Amino acid sequence: MAGKTLYDKLWDDHVVFTEDDGSCLIYIDRHLLHEVTSPQAFEGLRLTQRQPWRTSRNLAVADHNVPTTDRNLGIADPISRLQVQTLENNCAEFGITEFDMSDIRQGIVHVVGPEQGATLPGMTVVCGDSHTSTHGASAALAFGIGTSEVEHALATQCLVQKKAKNFLINVKGQAAPGVTAKDIVLAIIGKLGTAGGTGYTIEFAGEAIRALSMEGRMTICNMAIEAGARAGLIAADDVTIDYYRDRPYSPKGDNWHAAVRHWQKLHSDADAVFEKVLELTASDIKPQVTWGTSPEMVTAVDGAVPDPEQEADPVKREGILRALKYMGLRAGQKITEIYVDKVFIGSCTNSRIEDLRLAAATIAGRHKAESVKQVLVVPGSGLVKQQAEAEGLDKIFIAAGFEWREPGCSMCLAMNADRLEAGEHCASTSNRNFEGRQGFGGRTHLVSPSMAAAAAIAGHFVNIAETATGAV
Amino acid sequence: MKAFTQLTALVAPLDRANIDTDAIIPKQFLKSIRRTGFGPFLFDEWRYLDRGEPEMDCTHRPLNPDFVLNQPQYQGAQILLTRENFGCGSSREHAPWALDDYGFRVVIAPSFADIFFNNCFKNGILPIVLAADLVDLLFNEVKDGYQLNIDLQTQTITTPSGQKN
Repeated sequence: MAGKTLYDKLWDDHVVFTEDDGSCLIYIDRHLLHEVTSPQAFEGLRLTQRQPWRTSRNLAVADHNVPTTDRNLGIADPISRLQVQTLENNCAEFGITEFDMSDIRQGIVHVVGPEQGATLPGMTVVCGDSHTSTHGASAALAFGIGTSEVEHALATQCLVQKKAKNFLINVKGQAAPGVTAKDIVLAIIGKLGTAGGTGYTIEFAGEAIRALSMEGRMTICNMAIEAGARAGLIAADDVTIDYYRDRPYSPKGDNWHAAVRHWQKLHSDADAVFEKVLELTASDIKPQVTWGTSPEMVTAVDGAVPDPEQEADPVKREGILRALKYMGLRAGQKITEIYVDKVFIGSCTNSRIEDLRLAAATIAGRHKAESVKQVLVVPGSGLVKQQAEAEGLDKIFIAAGFEWREPGCSMCLAMNADRLEAGEHCASTSNRNFEGRQGFGGRTHLVSPSMAAAAAIAGHFVNIAETATGAV
Repeated sequence: MKAFTQLTALVAPLDRANIDTDAIIPKQFLKSIRRTGFGPFLFDEWRYLDRGEPEMDCTHRPLNPDFVLNQPQYQGAQILLTRENFGCGSSREHAPWALDDYGFRVVIAPSFADIFFNNCFKNGILPIVLAADLVDLLFNEVKDGYQLNIDLQTQTITTPSGQKN
């Protein structure tokens, strides 16, 4: 009998019951909640007079609507304020732990979970948010759910799911200097397409993945959903174990040692079978920039905007034409000739301390370009912010003309006051370049933190690979 | 949730691939703490020429005449015909809520994103995966008053000419 994949192991560990049609009831170890997708679920509990099945396994934090400016002023938008207040009221009513806006631990739910050790290797993790895939970086089975399932998870601590297929993405060799986890995952999505992972759980493996820190691995798994896969996974190793040592919610004492023994088994067996395999060579990957309105519309920074006439598939050609019109770009335009109006450094993809260090290191004493109207740096949590300030990163950003903000989702999806105006181009470290995502008519280019900072300084995209290797 | 058994209804063709849930229902409308009232904001950025805000009265907003749902022949459509990877992106269940609130009962596409696909079943919306060549065929046939019959029990789609799939 063939061995098991990491996904098989995690799945089997959590099956409560298997139906005749193959669908399974699986146990959920950790349920994360935020203000946008939970109010209707709590309302459902009230209407059916149910209580959370296991209150302590839920953890809530407001992140999408929160202002990134002075928190003492509260939330100006009354509709946003009501939604955040509703989460607070619901958590108080049902006894669920919430990190509110004044709590130093508040931040983006997918930054807070691992940072607190609230999401751990081997767990099943769900949240009413598609970027829950982030937590798969620690060999946890983590996926986004809709509000009906949020209610179901609250009420029963279980969910009915069909098992996905196994997909292995192997990134061989070492990445070049200046190429980050973000570039690797964007290159993968460019190759695979936004639906290439639909129906699968993707395990990311290979030397280039192993070489990443936990934060880099989170960036990779965060964007599994952008390739269509609900869950991304990376096997546990010493990097994983070291990361979770002494986190507030991590197991302690004997429990820690028992947990580590279990975590050491969280990898695919050598003879495990994957239904689909994709191999990439890390040294082929260059810094990436998206030019279109889907994450798969991406190319290397030394490349150019594609010519729709060269696309044989009529549906894809139409998609490229529409994207170029929306983005205000012309076929053949060099990526380094795209000028940016705003820059956003943040989001559950790239707002952790290493991301901020990368951005700060890129600045190297320079100032943002005159033509760049605004550069937002939004740390992923209050604790990331505190750490960055202890390292003096805030001063580097401020000296460069960047704005140093309070933690939250911010301009990744512009539910708060941070947004693009119509027609503005933005170098963004977030995960989605969909039409209108960062503001009505806004034009998003997804990039790494170093590329975002470099674009802020130059006013346009620059080939940072050349700088990293010492070439001019 | 409305039960789904059989439906004969008008088809609206939305000829785009990779339609994301941000396009189906933009984020500003997600600030609502209710499950209903999203229909007027379905495809808001494509449907209207101005910028939509939550709780706004849509009856006098300027419509985009080029957008398919604004064309007179597709008024009252309950079946949405579209392309690959419909519902990709965010997990927001507000997307099926908005489709349902607008009046759609069925979405036909060659493929759907996983989370959206799941969310549909929680809300009585039937997502039908149909081979890409058959979807092509339907796009060529859809015109004024084009209706399809959908039978969930027998899992068949019947065209006006009586062709079953």
